[in-house]
Amino acid sequence: MSHHLVLRIVAKLLIPLILLFALYVQFHGDFGPGGGFQAGVIFAAGFILYGLIFGLDKLKQVLPPLVVEILVAAGVLLFAGVGVASMLLGSTYLDYDVLAHDPVHGQHLGILLIEFGVGTTVAAVMITIFYNYAGRGRLEDGEQ
Amino acid sequence: MAIAIVRLHNLFAVVILSGVYSLLSAGIFVELDAVDVAFTEAAVGAGITTILMLGTLALTTDTERPAARTHWVALLVVVATGVLLIYGSLDLPLLGDPNAPAILHVAPRYIQDSGQEVGIPNIVTSVLASYRGYDTLGEVTVIFTAGVGVMALLGLGRRHKGKEDRS
Amino acid sequence: MIDPGLYNYWIAMILMMTGFYIVIARGNLVKKIVGLTIFQTSVFILYISFSKVDGATAPILDDRFTTYGNPLPHVLILTAIVVGVATSALGLALVVRIREAYGTVEEDEILEQDSNE
Repeated sequence: MSHHLVLRIVAKLLIPLILLFALYVQFHGDFGPGGGFQAGVIFAAGFILYGLIFGLDKLKQVLPPLVVEILVAAGVLLFAGVGVASMLLGSTYLDYDVLAHDPVHGQHLGILLIEFGVGTTVAAVMITIFYNYAGRGRLEDGEQ
Repeated sequence: MAIAIVRLHNLFAVVILSGVYSLLSAGIFVELDAVDVAFTEAAVGAGITTILMLGTLALTTDTERPAARTHWVALLVVVATGVLLIYGSLDLPLLGDPNAPAILHVAPRYIQDSGQEVGIPNIVTSVLASYRGYDTLGEVTVIFTAGVGVMALLGLGRRHKGKEDRS
Repeated sequence: MIDPGLYNYWIAMILMMTGFYIVIARGNLVKKIVGLTIFQTSVFILYISFSKVDGATAPILDDRFTTYGNPLPHVLILTAIVVGVATSALGLALVVRIREAYGTVEEDEILEQDSNE
């Protein structure tokens, strides 16, 4: 892989920008196009690009599969947890009005949190799927 | 584009063409004022799906065995269904008609009130996360389940195989 | 005379039928999943066509605009796209497993092996 010099340099330049852009999309989704689903996919694409160019082992050092698998569940739990929190605060499930002192702020907070949950799950699922495909391919090569 | 996908037997070309097709449909979505959707389609369809399909091809084979004959029965069924659907579409409201039932039902409430009730400018986000929070929770659960399913199909099999190799 | 306002639906339906034909007529499982993806995208185009309003802008509130497209189909399709990629990943994972078990991804060869057993 070491002879793909251009590819490696360009990837090094692009990956931080991709991740930054994903975070921008994640937290700016209230005002412009964007949100958890898109941000999760872009975030995952950044890591998958890293894995494709620098190899799966490097990617696994950066982001251990176990952590990703925990994040898969953590996103869904964050989403459901926001619902439970609003229920505990005396309202109905997933009603964000009670999360802060006035309804509009509560809605802001709720949307921010669940978008973050969505983004986490989507990114983690995509990276997990990539790990599983790539890991399997290597195993077959090893057997041959 | 899609017809080329039917005709080609080289699956590598098919996968790349379907990526291009996704990108083109993202363009169509921008044209139809659906910027959020176009964004998602460009990121997902042209990016992740293509990588996944290429991953599958690497694990399987990249040429399709040519079909012995054209499936006339299938072609007949497809053309008949298509003609029926197009006949049905003659009664649909025209593209961009502001009085179409789909536009008059709940959408005006979202457009007029979400600014005060939720307080964020992007209506798509406020509908997605607030008004239809249950739906979105369901969708996230589906994605979660799909991720677990892929892990079960590919990942756990790998661990199992590893044990066999050792024994 | 037929109105050009319907062309968008027709394109969606032609694409839908193309995907449908791939799913029925082609034996290769990977190609079937590509066909399903085409079918899926055509449904997306159909839904987004319903949300288009003449002279409207994208549904992001701003003082300068008064008419917006219908945000509801956008929400449905936005989530459907991501769910779609997750489910097609699941389908592809099944294809990989089938290939490992049978050594082929052609439908008729798999059926043949099944009937021989």
